[in-house]
Amino acid sequence: MNNQQSNRFFFNVDWITILIYIALCTIGYVNIYASVPAHNTADSSVFNFGSSYGKQLIYVIAGLVLGFSILLLDAKFFSVFSPIVYGVTVLLLIVVLVVGRNVGGNQAWISLGGGFRLQPSEFAKFGTALLLSRYISSFSPKFRDIKSIAFAALIMGIPLLLIMLQPDAGSALVFLAFMFPMYREGLSGYFLLIFLGMIVLFVADFLVPMQILIPTILAIGGFFIYQNKRKQKVMFSAIIVTIVAIAYLFVVRIAYEKILKTHQRTRIELILGLKMDPKGVGYNVIQSKIAIGSGQLTGRGFLQGTQTKYGYVPAQSTDFIFSTIGEEWGFAGCFVVIGLYLFLLLRLINLAERQRSTFSRVYGYCVASILFFHVFINIGMAIGIVPVIGIPLPFISYGGSSLWSFTILLFIFLKLDSNRMGFI
Amino acid sequence: MDNLFNRKYIVQGLFIVVSLILLGTLFYIQVFSDKYFLSAESNVLRKLYTFPARGVILDRNEKILVQNEPVYDLMIIPNDVKAFDTLALCNIIGIDTVKFHKNFKKALNQSRFQPSIFEKQLSVSIYQSLSEKLYRFPGFFVQSRTIRQYPDSIAGHFLGYIKEVSPTDIERSEGYYRPGDYIGKTGVEKAYETALRGERGVVNMLYDAHNVPKGSYAEGKFDTSAVSGEQLISSLDVRIQKLGEELLKNKVGSIVAIEPSTGEILAFVSSPGYDPNLMVGRQQGNNYMDLLKNPNRVLNIRPIQGFYSPGSSFKPLDALIGLQEGVIDENTTFNCPGYFRVGNHTTKCEHVDGNIALRRGLARSCNTYACYVFQKILTQKKFKNSQIAYDYWQKKVKLWGLGDTLGIDLPGERKGRLYDASYYSKKYSKYWGYSTVISLAIGQGEMDATPLQMANIMATIANKGYYIKPHLVKSIGKDHVIKKEYLKKNYVGVDAAHFGPVIDGMQEAVNSPWGTALASRIDGIIMCGKTGTVQNPRGKNHSVFIGFAPRENPKIAIAVIVENAGYGGTYAAPIASYITEKYLKDSIAPNRRDRVEWMKKQVILPAPPKPKVKPKASAVDSTGKVDSLKKDINAIEPKKVVDKPTIKNPILTKK
Repeated sequence: MNNQQSNRFFFNVDWITILIYIALCTIGYVNIYASVPAHNTADSSVFNFGSSYGKQLIYVIAGLVLGFSILLLDAKFFSVFSPIVYGVTVLLLIVVLVVGRNVGGNQAWISLGGGFRLQPSEFAKFGTALLLSRYISSFSPKFRDIKSIAFAALIMGIPLLLIMLQPDAGSALVFLAFMFPMYREGLSGYFLLIFLGMIVLFVADFLVPMQILIPTILAIGGFFIYQNKRKQKVMFSAIIVTIVAIAYLFVVRIAYEKILKTHQRTRIELILGLKMDPKGVGYNVIQSKIAIGSGQLTGRGFLQGTQTKYGYVPAQSTDFIFSTIGEEWGFAGCFVVIGLYLFLLLRLINLAERQRSTFSRVYGYCVASILFFHVFINIGMAIGIVPVIGIPLPFISYGGSSLWSFTILLFIFLKLDSNRMGFI
Repeated sequence: MDNLFNRKYIVQGLFIVVSLILLGTLFYIQVFSDKYFLSAESNVLRKLYTFPARGVILDRNEKILVQNEPVYDLMIIPNDVKAFDTLALCNIIGIDTVKFHKNFKKALNQSRFQPSIFEKQLSVSIYQSLSEKLYRFPGFFVQSRTIRQYPDSIAGHFLGYIKEVSPTDIERSEGYYRPGDYIGKTGVEKAYETALRGERGVVNMLYDAHNVPKGSYAEGKFDTSAVSGEQLISSLDVRIQKLGEELLKNKVGSIVAIEPSTGEILAFVSSPGYDPNLMVGRQQGNNYMDLLKNPNRVLNIRPIQGFYSPGSSFKPLDALIGLQEGVIDENTTFNCPGYFRVGNHTTKCEHVDGNIALRRGLARSCNTYACYVFQKILTQKKFKNSQIAYDYWQKKVKLWGLGDTLGIDLPGERKGRLYDASYYSKKYSKYWGYSTVISLAIGQGEMDATPLQMANIMATIANKGYYIKPHLVKSIGKDHVIKKEYLKKNYVGVDAAHFGPVIDGMQEAVNSPWGTALASRIDGIIMCGKTGTVQNPRGKNHSVFIGFAPRENPKIAIAVIVENAGYGGTYAAPIASYITEKYLKDSIAPNRRDRVEWMKKQVILPAPPKPKVKPKASAVDSTGKVDSLKKDINAIEPKKVVDKPTIKNPILTKK
């Protein structure tokens, strides 16, 4: 490998993104270290590889090696092999359903021996992202017709359904993030609006009694129908939307009762404030909020968080790692972390937009959207504005699978970006 | 394509908006609201308390009345309990297995991880045998605390008792008390609770989510150590208190002795009494119920809650007001034909005294004389009508502390009974005058006083015109603080000059052959006093004596009431003399000791009363304070209340 070649590999790489990546991994490592109880024991060396922070150090280093290895690959590889990568991840999702280990009610892990285990749902994310990008770049669908939407939905839907079967609704929901790249490529904004409307109606269905909700929808619908009485087509759609909205309310009610599991219902009810359960399912969220709130403006300081140190927040190093940040680093620390994420997300979109190939652009949007979903849902649940669905905080939460899958996801894009002048 | 490029901004805008939502929520949780910060503190912080020793109470000569004795609470942490020989434990601490399981369940309900009391107040001997074997009972440990101990077993009513706090106590203290704390429930223990209880010590400990202690909080910066309660020096004199209780043994009644110059209460006997040691320890509840059921109402604090017509003992007061008003002088003479008649009211006198003036009138306890004085006071020309006249008189009497609480530092004091004119106007409409209420002149009728009020009248006469609020505590703590209100002289509106002849009369009553209180004469001490015989509608008359001694520079003012003991001279007067002698001379003359012993052996108890409907009047007279003990007493009350305001007195009316 001569000098020119290495230039070709690294010269155009966006080092700013890599710095943010390293910063977030470091923040993760530091806070995982803090969230391990009892640092006063003799075995508190940073190289204690039996502990979670010791393992995380290995994961981070391995992640960096993995990331830079990806930069060494040929950019064309990803586009060409995307169907195969997708196929392998789907296969793994099927395998996990058969031989997987059941952890916390979800059959999500494949044991690799030596205490290490793999979570295929994490890897399905970049597999799906690659195939979606390939589909859009190859066929240039504008998502104006049912056929292209259905095909894209199929790409997303297969892993989503398989993950649902584990059952891990949280990880499955992340696949809805692919609506953003589709939107960017031409999917009507109405889909996002309808999606938003579905969420609003879902929440309203619980908080507002039917006898108020239905007349309200009828009134709003009626207003639009009246406004557009000259434009028959619009008026017709308004009537349909109104009817569908009301039908949706009932479907939600029935689905909620019949399909969702008790613990899922409880989580939703807790967030909507319909239920108080400080000792049960709500315990996590309450303790997480207490820990974060007790950090106040500047935090209690590294290793000084009492809620963190004394194990008051369950799943502190994984899904609720943000509570450690909140308690020990305060609002200032949270501001920095969210700021880093926001900067990363905006930068990824900007990078995506400067790509000459559609494949790279779509893939960039996929990466940004998936990260966005994770960050929003994870922090949101830690501060109690989103139901508890166990998904990790990218680059920060403890765990090899999630760290590596995000690393692969990100570095593939960095590779594509460094190669943006070339053609794929 | 351009068109789609703009969608970048929508996506980025969404990212920004969501980030702002997260930051806004975080700002609220972390910076704006301190709710979560406080919850975090309560998550990890546990306050461990150490209990201070309660203040000791001494008598006026610094002899111990109440002290502390160590006892041991057996504590349990249910989570640490492992299988063990329950029967062995039960045998050691003296409970059965049923009780054991009950206690265990109770502790488990309280908390699995926190220590709670399993069995309280084990004695030293139980503790000794238990501590050897405690290692066999994992999850149990012993915590020491102190309980009250009364070396002389006296002054139960005066000292009161302490008890575990009730939920109401906790609520009223606004969180100062915690379940398991002890609080003074009556008597001095209650009145001086804040001084006696001391300050709890606190250690702030950090605990993890599994309730494992993790060391002290902020290096113990906020920890405090327990401060013992203040020592109280009471005004009581153990010697005469003890004698008084012995003398009133098997009798129903009260003795109140006051040091006139200071208002300090020297003796405070309520009989029948109880051994204050009964109100301590594991049997407290049972003992309390037994006392409550006693037909003689052991828990009544008679010196401040018993109502008695003052009777003849009111006459000096009547005369003094007359002197002060100028309607009589010491030589004014009235004729006693054996009765006093006005209109169709006739008040009988015990004897035909003929022409009689102040000194002899008091010495002989002449009813006629007293009625004339009363008539003179109320028929002064300056009064427009009888209502105004009566209210004027009533106001003068009230200055002596009658008809209202004196403000003794003991919970549960009652007012006694003395109406104002509007009461009579309501009862008789307009048509009443001094003749209607003439029985008040001799301390009968619609007037009741507590023994404390009677003793206080004597203290006032001894002081020639003022009294200091009677109180039970001489000084608080090492600095010997005394409340300001117990230094103030309360003047009763009679000039000192008028007291001479009245005191002469009282001296004669005790020391001259024609006196009514000869039985209270003490060799070598000039005692001044007055007997009273209080009509009791429900049985034999009550025997009353009030007085003070010595005449010059009085040291003790005393009121003795023995219920159902008949004439004042037979029981009350000698009892008062023994106590006075003991107090002033420290011993009783040898030739009188037999009589003291005889007196101690007398049994004068009323027949068990038949259950009867509680008269309403007592509710009117009560001070209105809501006080748990008082409620108890009211509930079982009112034989003592000489309450019917209607004509109960055979002397009063004769048509």
